[in-house]
Amino acid sequence: MSTNLTLNGKAQALRSDPGTPLLYVLRNELRLNGAKFGCGMGQCGACTVIVDGKPVFSCLTPLAALEGRSVRTVEGLGSANAPGTLQAAFIRHQAAQCGYCIAGMLTRAQALLDKHPHPTEQQVRAHMEPNLCRCGTHHRILAAIMDVAHGGRP
Amino acid sequence: MKIRTIAGVGVAMLALTFGALYAWTRPTEIALATVALPAPSPGTLAAGARVVALGDCMVCHTAKDGAAYAGGLGLATPFGTIYSTNITPDPDTGIGRWSAAAFRRALREGVSRDGHLLYPAFPYIHYTRMSDDDIDLAYRYLMSRTPVRKPQPANELIFPLNFRPLLAFWNALYLHPGAPGPAAPAADPLARGRYLVDTLGHCASCHSGLNLMGGERKPAFQGGNIDGWDAPALTTLAHGPVPWRQQELVEYLRGGLSLGHGAAKGPMRPVTEHLATVPREDVEAIAAYLMSIQAPSAAADAGQASAPAPASVAAAPDAAGAAGARLFAAACASCHAASAPLTRINGRPGLALSSALHGPRPDNFIQTVLHGVPWDPASPVYMPPFADVLDDEQVAQLAAYIRTGIAARPAWHDVAKTSAKLRKETQE
Repeated sequence: MSTNLTLNGKAQALRSDPGTPLLYVLRNELRLNGAKFGCGMGQCGACTVIVDGKPVFSCLTPLAALEGRSVRTVEGLGSANAPGTLQAAFIRHQAAQCGYCIAGMLTRAQALLDKHPHPTEQQVRAHMEPNLCRCGTHHRILAAIMDVAHGGRP
Repeated sequence: MKIRTIAGVGVAMLALTFGALYAWTRPTEIALATVALPAPSPGTLAAGARVVALGDCMVCHTAKDGAAYAGGLGLATPFGTIYSTNITPDPDTGIGRWSAAAFRRALREGVSRDGHLLYPAFPYIHYTRMSDDDIDLAYRYLMSRTPVRKPQPANELIFPLNFRPLLAFWNALYLHPGAPGPAAPAADPLARGRYLVDTLGHCASCHSGLNLMGGERKPAFQGGNIDGWDAPALTTLAHGPVPWRQQELVEYLRGGLSLGHGAAKGPMRPVTEHLATVPREDVEAIAAYLMSIQAPSAAADAGQASAPAPASVAAAPDAAGAAGARLFAAACASCHAASAPLTRINGRPGLALSSALHGPRPDNFIQTVLHGVPWDPASPVYMPPFADVLDDEQVAQLAAYIRTGIAARPAWHDVAKTSAKLRKETQE
């Protein structure tokens, strides 16, 4: 039995047990190690991915719930050689310190920017609330997102 | 032609009669206050804060992310949406120029300062029996808040209910002014508790349910539904899988968490947040009174579906239950499985005891799954939302597994349909 979904724009048939959280499927079956395990309880946001345009905690998202749906991970935003607009802004603003939360920060912010390309700072703060950064680079993360929200540089 | 003329004359006469009746019965305007109030003493302020917390004024009179007491919260009623008013002392958009007499009349009779009738979403049918002292304390407290300039949004009510004078008829049916309750915290906790539950706390507004006329159902406290959440009956607390005990009720009402029943959620959560700020004796009085109105167990058990007590033996899972078990393993088990470390912290209640799983309807379970329990720095309770993870069919599968497999109760019906309805209501 396999679960069929679209991952970063490509059709995928996944063999993992449907009762597996998406995070484990991404990291173990697909070797996509961008999304991180932080708390496993939907409290930190390190595992955030985009499902049908909405940011979700992949550690609590059953594979069984994803049949036919569209998943986007940080790997879908760009690569090390060709970072996406938001990733480039994070690099420019040196938004990562240890980097563990950054994949989740990027995907949550991307979901907002896809829907509202020019959010206010208040909207960004409210939207990013579920994601935590233990190093405390929130101000740089915020600055990077606002950079893109203001039209930014490429 | 002739019939039409007669009908026209009839309508005109009826309108005239109503108009005359309205002009005759319309309450008079109370003049604007001209003298500024002296600053209240700290003792008056503290006493006023206690009355306003017990009266739950802030819960309705504060919009989401809005300034405290500035109103603008939309209350969805079966008759349309009513927006709460600004009760900060802003002179133009709030009650800044209301006299104490105008404030007292609003609470006792449901009449605004300028004489128009207030909608009974404002619980004046309960406040009408407040003591003079408490009304004045609430007035002094609210008048000392920071004025916020914020006009009330226009109500969106169905015709003909947007015609306020009709409320005179409603008031004739449902407004029963009575002797004011005991002013000071009485020596008799039951009397004090009754005053706090029936009058100041207006618990019946949510926990009695409304009839077709928008009046509270009698007898009181048989349970209702508010903002898409089930407000459980308050007369059967001593029944169910784990009977409520008075001390547990006190802890729940003050702390928002009961070890035998789960967390306060939905519209009850802010109620517990406000009760956390009042003296413990008030909450103990509320709990004592609630325990005194419990139905005899036979009557209560007849009201409850005859369900077995939660057992370790799970019902044989059907197809939906098996699908639900898979979803549970990935989405819920890390916190809610019997073996999850989180269930060992401070003796957290096991999922099997959650009141949301034992009610006759799935609404509270669905609301909790869809929207979680939002972060609140003052609360130890948090649950992430699953609205963007699970569709309505999957919520129903999860319900099938948890309700029968974990709570050992007979399955709910129409969970997917209810989920779709509640999801839509929250998006609006």
